[in-house]
Parts: sequence; C-alpha cells; structure tokens
Amino acid sequence: MNLSLLQSAAADNRWAALFPELPLALLALLLLVLEIVLPKRQHRSIPVVAILGQLALLVALLVNLRGGMTEQLTFNGLIRHSPTGQFFRVLFLVTSLLVSLLGVVSLARQRMPRVEFFHIVMIVSAAMMLLVQSHHFVMFFVALETVTVGFYILVSYYRTNPLSLEAGLKYLVMGALSSAMLLFGIVLLYGAVGNPALAPSGLAAGAMDFASVRQFLLAHPDNFLAQVGIVLVLSGVAFKIGAVPFQIWVPDVYQGAPTPITAFLAVGSKAAGFGALVVLAGVFAPCKSLVIPVLSVMAGATILFGNLAALTQYNVKRLIALSGVSHAGYLLIGVIAAYYDPAALSGVYFYLIAYLVASFAVFGVMTHVSGENEADQELEHYADLARTHPFLALVLVIGLGSLAGIPPLAGFIGKLMIFLAAFSAGLYVLLGIAVLGVVISIYYYFGWIKAACFSAWRLPAPAGEAAAGLPRTPVAWPARVTLGTLAVASVVLGLWQGPLIGWLLAR
Amino acid sequence: MQLDPLLLAIAVPLVVAAAIFAGLPKRYSVRLAYLGFGAPAAIALWLWSRFPANAGEAYQFMSSRDLGLSLLGIKLTLGLNGISLPMFVLAGVVGLAAGLYAIQSGAERLKIYLALLLVMQGGLMGVFASVDVFFFYFFHELALIPSFIMVGIWGGRDRGYAAMKLTIYLTVGAMLSLAGLILIYHQSGAQTFDLITLRTEALAHPLSVTAQKYGFGLLLFGFGILVSLWPFHTWAPLGYGAAPSSAAMLHAGVLKKFGLYGLLQVALPLAPVGAAHWSGVLTVLALGNVLIVGIIALAQRDLKQVIGYGSVMHMGYAFLGIAAMSVVGVGGAVLMMVAHGLSVALLFLLSTCIYHRTHTFDLTEMGGLARHTPVLAAFFVAATMASIGLPGFANFWGELALFVAIWKFSPWVAAGAVAGVVITAIYALRAVAKVFFGPPTEAFSRVVAHVTPVDLRWAERIPALLLLGLLLFIGFWPRSLSAPLHSALGSLAPALAVKASADPRP
Repeated sequence: MNLSLLQSAAADNRWAALFPELPLALLALLLLVLEIVLPKRQHRSIPVVAILGQLALLVALLVNLRGGMTEQLTFNGLIRHSPTGQFFRVLFLVTSLLVSLLGVVSLARQRMPRVEFFHIVMIVSAAMMLLVQSHHFVMFFVALETVTVGFYILVSYYRTNPLSLEAGLKYLVMGALSSAMLLFGIVLLYGAVGNPALAPSGLAAGAMDFASVRQFLLAHPDNFLAQVGIVLVLSGVAFKIGAVPFQIWVPDVYQGAPTPITAFLAVGSKAAGFGALVVLAGVFAPCKSLVIPVLSVMAGATILFGNLAALTQYNVKRLIALSGVSHAGYLLIGVIAAYYDPAALSGVYFYLIAYLVASFAVFGVMTHVSGENEADQELEHYADLARTHPFLALVLVIGLGSLAGIPPLAGFIGKLMIFLAAFSAGLYVLLGIAVLGVVISIYYYFGWIKAACFSAWRLPAPAGEAAAGLPRTPVAWPARVTLGTLAVASVVLGLWQGPLIGWLLAR
Repeated sequence: MQLDPLLLAIAVPLVVAAAIFAGLPKRYSVRLAYLGFGAPAAIALWLWSRFPANAGEAYQFMSSRDLGLSLLGIKLTLGLNGISLPMFVLAGVVGLAAGLYAIQSGAERLKIYLALLLVMQGGLMGVFASVDVFFFYFFHELALIPSFIMVGIWGGRDRGYAAMKLTIYLTVGAMLSLAGLILIYHQSGAQTFDLITLRTEALAHPLSVTAQKYGFGLLLFGFGILVSLWPFHTWAPLGYGAAPSSAAMLHAGVLKKFGLYGLLQVALPLAPVGAAHWSGVLTVLALGNVLIVGIIALAQRDLKQVIGYGSVMHMGYAFLGIAAMSVVGVGGAVLMMVAHGLSVALLFLLSTCIYHRTHTFDLTEMGGLARHTPVLAAFFVAATMASIGLPGFANFWGELALFVAIWKFSPWVAAGAVAGVVITAIYALRAVAKVFFGPPTEAFSRVVAHVTPVDLRWAERIPALLLLGLLLFIGFWPRSLSAPLHSALGSLAPALAVKASADPRP
C-alpha cells in the first residue's frame, strides 16, 4: 500500500467507514495523553473519561446503526462491512464498556497503574471489531494478533500476584502455539490458492483474499494442501473460543486473570472467535464435507468436557471458565446448523447477546465478592450472600439461571433457538449431547446458587477472629445501576424479544 | 386494549411478586399478596361460571400477542377449553389456599417467600391458560424454579439434598419433554407452536409413524418424570417431605399435573399412533405406581412421606386412564387430577398444622391428638376420606370413571387398580388412627405437657375450608366440570380411531 492509496482513501472519506474502531482507538490514546497532561490528583477522572467516552460512542453507533450496514468492501478489499459486522461492533463496544466498569471496581483494590488497563481494553475491542469484519487473511491475522497480544498483557495485569503472572505465561505459550498453527494454515492456503497452475479463471483479488480463497475451494474442494490449511486455521480459531482440544489453557488463565479480564476473555474473546468462525465457515463452505465433521466432533467434545469438568470445581472462576467452554460447544452447534439453514446464525447471535448479558451479571457479582487476591474465589465464599447482600444474590441468581438456560431468562431463548436450528438441520446426536450437557450444567449452576442462597451450618468462627469469608466490596451506584440493568435485561430478553429476533432472522 | 381476564390472572401475581422483589415494605407486601393470590382464584371461578357447557373442542376467551418470537411460530396465545378449565380453576383455588396459608405461617423472610410463591402461582395460571405449546412449557419452568429455591431455603430436613435431587430430576424431565415438543413442532411442518393449528395440521396430515413413536416416547418419559411415573418417582416424596407446606401444596397439587395435562392436550391428539405404541409400557409403569409405590407407602412411618408416596401412587390411576385411550378414561383422569390436587393440597396443609401441634412427623410418636383438636381431626378425616375416594367427594367421580375405563381396557389391570384402593385405605386410615386416636404415646405426652395443642385457628381453617368446599362441590355436582370436559374430549377422536383400528374386538 503506498501513499497515493492512503490519499485516495482520505479523499473518498473511507475512514468514516471505520467509525467506531477509529474513535475508540483515538479515545484510548487520549487516555494516555491525559495521564501525561493532567496533574496527578486528577488522574482518578481518567477512568470516568474512558467510560463516558465509550458510552458516547455506543450511543453514536446505535443512532447511526443503519448507516454502517450497507454491504461494501473498503480499504482495497481488506475489510468487508455488513449488518453482521455492525452487530458485532455493538456487541464489542458494550463488552468493552462493561469490562471498563468492572475494571474500576477491581482496580480500586489494587495498587496498580490504572490508565493502561482501560487503554488496552479499548484497543483490543477495536481490534476485535476489525477481526470479525476482515475480508483478507493479512487483516485477519493482524487483528487477531492485536487482540491476542493485548490479552497477554491484560491477563497478567496484576503483576504482583503470582497466579496472574502464571496465567499470563500460560496464555502466552498457548497463544503463541495457536498463532503459529493459524499462520501455518494461512500459509498453506496461500500456497494452494496462489498456485498459478491451479488458479481458477477470473481470480480477481490476491491469494489471501477471502473471496478468492472461496473461489479456489469451489474449484478444488479436494485439494489436500488447502484442506490441511483449513483444519489448521480452524484450530487457531478454536483456541480463541476455547473449544476442545484447545481448551487446556482456559481454567488456569481464567482463574489467574483479573476478574474483569476473565469476563473480557469469556465474552469478548469468545464472541470475536465466533464472529471470525462464522466468516471463515462461509469462506470454507465449499469444503463442507471436511468442515462439518471437524466442527461436529469439536462441538460434542466441547460440551461434554466443559460440563463434566465444571462439575468438580469449587473455585468459581474455574467453574465459570469450564462452563464457558460448554457454551462454546452450544454455539458451535449453531454454526454447524447454519450450513443447512442460514437462519441458524440468528440463534448464534441471540445466544451471544444472552451470554453477554448473563455473564457480565455473574462476573459483576464475582468482582464484588472477591477480595484482593481475585484468583481465590471458592464457592464457600458465597455463603450467606443472600442475607448480607440480597441485591448481589438476586443478580447472581438471574445471571446463573440465564446461563443455565432456565425460562423466563434470555439464555433459554438462546438455547431454544440453537436447538430448533439443530433439529431442522437434523443434528440429532449433537442435540442429544447438548441436552445432556444442559442437565449436567444444572448441577453446578444450581450448586452455586445453593452456596449463595441456602444457609448451611458452618463451624462457628473462633472468638477474636473475623468470621470466615472474604471482605465484600460494597456496591457503588454505577455498579448497582449496571448490574441492575443486566439483570433486568436478562429477564426482559427472555420474555419479550420485540423486533430483535426479527432483525436477526431477517439478515 | 380490552382487558383480558386470562392475562390478568397470570400477570397480577407476577407483578405483585416483582413489586415485592423491588423492595416493597413488608406491611404493603402482605396486603398486596392477598390481591396477588386472590385475583387469579376470583378470575378462575368467574370464568368457570361463564364457561359454555357445550363449547366442544373450541377454546374460549382467546387472545394472542406477539412477543418477538412470531417468526419462529411462537405467540403468547391464551385460551381455555373444557380440559384446561378444570385445571385452571384448580390452580386458582389451590394457589389461594397455599397463599393464605403462607401469609399466616410467619415464615422467616416472609416477603421473599411470598414473592416466590406468587411467581409460582403466576406460572401455574399461565400453564393451563396457554394455547401455545412453547408458552405452556415456558410457564411450567417459571413455576418450577421457585419451588427449587423454596425447598432449598425454607425446607425441612435434608433440604439441600432434596432441592438438588428435585432440580436434577425435574430438569431431566423438562429437557426430555422440550425435545419431544420440538420434535413434534418440527415434524408437523406447520412451523408453529400454536396448539390449534398443530391439531388441525395433525388431522389433515398426521405425523409419520416414526416421528409419532419417538415424539410420544420423549413426551411420555419427559412428562412422566415430572409427574413421578414409577420408577422415576423418588424425587417426589423426598421433595415434598422437605418442602415448606405452601410450596408442597402448589407443587403436588397443581404443578405436578402439568405432565399429565401435557400428555392429554398435546401428546394424545398430535401423536395418537405413538400413544397406542407406548400404551402397553405405560400400563406396566402405571401399575408400578399403583401397586409398588402403594406398598412402599404402607411401610412409611413419617406422616409427610405417607402423603408424598400416596400422591405418587394416585398419579398411577391418571396414567392408567390415559393408557386406556378412551373418552371415559381421559375424562376420569382429568377429574382425578382436579380432585387429587385439591385433596393432596389439603393433606399437606393439615399435616403441617399437625406438626405445629405435635412437633414431629413421626407417626410412632403421636396419638390421641383428636382429644385436644377435634376440628383438625375432622378436617383430616375428611381429607383422608376424599383421597380414598368416598362418594360425596370429587375423587369418587374421578376414580369411578377411571375404573370403568380401565375395566373396559383390561380387567386384569382393573383388578390391580382396585387393589390399590385397598392399599390406600390401609395406609390412610392407619395414619389417621395413629395421629388422632388411641392412647397418646410417651413422646407425645411430653410435648403436650410442654405446650397444650390448640385447635385449628381460623387462619388455618379458611384455606382448608376453601379446598374442602370445592372438593364437596364437585363431589355433589360433577356436571359443572364434566359437561365442558366431555364436549372438549372430541380432540381425542384421532387417538380413539387409532385405538379402535388396533383393537381386534368389535
């Protein structure tokens, strides 16, 4: 890309096509500038700027929602704008906003630099938006690496905590491995598609372009090199969504990471992975006979592993991590079903919305219940939550209920849509596994609710010592408003979806 | 917008519950709770009085709303037909009785207790008013969840274990039935969850035989677990034993009937061939309910367990009525469901009243309570007689119709069912004798010396009278329910046709 290209882009005002990404990144830079410019005692206002800025961006994005929906390629075919991309932009902006809000609560307990936290979260969110809209493997890989590198830092952000550092190291090693696999897969695909002897006539764009890859696969669905490439690329994405057999890092990293970052990994990173997977599934559609079995085995194993492993956990962060693995499995079923009926994707998207709303409710409660060492969160720390903090307990029950897929909460509608799609696709075996998974999941979700709400007999604390359990952070009003909104949203989306599902189905 | 009585009956308890959750002060909470429990009962009774006796299969008081899922064929469609009307009335009346009893119980954290009970009540009214199969399931789950929490927080002995077991069993049942419902939805090709459309569609183009067999099988076992079909019944006595009385009343009295109701309204009309295919299995399992669980009930020493196992056992009769696949059998099953709902709720209510006076549920540590509390004794004897099926109570008509139908179905099965009545009489009357009559045991004398038992207070009498009154009313005037019920059973026509064609005898 040379200067004249950039100039023409500026002249065409194409930068406007990157509306939420660019301002978000600029806002992130502004935070760093503010840290230098502002006197030290005003530094506490920087998170407020971050949150209000993102809120303003979200409002602007929602007002201008239809503007970004026209299907078009920008930046020389690097980025493809679509209604789906617009949906994910909103999703990631909401995620970033909520992570920032939880970050304020969590950082208040630590002696850590604050500004960089918000900075990186916003940069990563902008990269996620680009990832799901990329239409070129270079763009795809650069966006994915920006996300991953950002997470390396965020996971080990509480650097005085050994568990956080350990998690960061594990994420780094596993992340590097998966990036290498992804890159190798891309290279293989590039080699196959770029082979002039095999090139189908009329291959317009370069060999890294998604359109030409698809075109190539249509012409040569049995090309071995390309098939190996596909499997490797899918493995790289499977790492992001935490699907079996690339789920090994999930419990340790989720446990060690600061709780807001755990939420970011669980929701943001997973949604980004699925956004990318949906795009790639479309690109790889000509090789259905390869992709469907790979994804099916992955989905079934993911659901079973996630639920069975979560059964034995007492640490809630590991529990929610492994239950998150199983949610990735349910979502994979939706992606597979989309090969038979594209309407299944609306189920995936609704599930992601429901998952976001419910997960952040749960993570919000976890952030408040945790002490200084956020990795140390056992089920028993939730004892008597209902008596001491009825508000938090109510939010927790609603969030967990929605994750478990209990009516009248949003998670149930998400599961229902996925199941309906799986039924019409005829995926009976996967459906059976999913139903089994839901039943297993009830045990540990309900066990958590039991720990928080049902009073159990405990050893009385010896005189002079404080009662067992961690100090719980009082709920300040912004957190109260956020958690209340999330809980109400879970209920409302379960009872009344309004035009949302129509909109999701219409595309 | 026109005021919709059915929607009102669902929404009032839910809105009151939401208000209580939102932090209404206790004084107002209790007052509003009267409204929340009273409104559905009043609406149900009013609709009953207005219900046309010869409505046929058609639903009355219909209304339909789109809540955002209409593209998937889901709409909040409400309505009542002759089968759902009795259940709707049952839910309203038992809900009111359970609510009144809960208000006077002075439970710990009463506000939350009432709010959860109200959610349950709203869900129950919704279950029986739904014409849309999705919302039918949805409201059931809505009513089910509070019962887990209530067992876990306010339950008695073993509440943690009981709540967990209840949750897992009922989730398995609910998931199986959901899978069955989705299967039928999908195979029907109607692309809608609306029961009326599904039925017309099933009449015009019946589902394939394989789909019917699988669909009915899933629904049978899914619903069966929810109704405590033998051998999946073990959650029920345990759960009822641990549940607080109002939750047990609502669950055993009303919520458990969901599965039977689903078999009648959804499974039989839509998958008649499947029903005929599974009829034999169902008969065996239902006989297991009647005889095996009946014998287990004989061996119980704990009053609540006796009632719990008795309730499981009586579900067997209703299953036999369904297995018989005849108008009389299914009609008898519905009457039985209503009558049993009322009588078992009354029994649970009274057993808690007994507990407050004897401080134990153990039958071997009671005796001679009638001397101190004659009114309580009278109520309990009446409730026992009702559950045995004495003429004059609603249960009699249900059992009579069932036995007639079962006899026609198979005399051998009828013999087993009648043996069940004898078993019921033995354990029920023995419980009465041990609690109220005979010389007081040593343990009971100690309790009496400590606090003299007072007779039933009016706060306890009113809910009991409500249930007993309705039992007697239906017992003396069964036509009030059976007339609309009979005209609605035309929906069984396809099932009867299948049955007739399969039957070698003329």
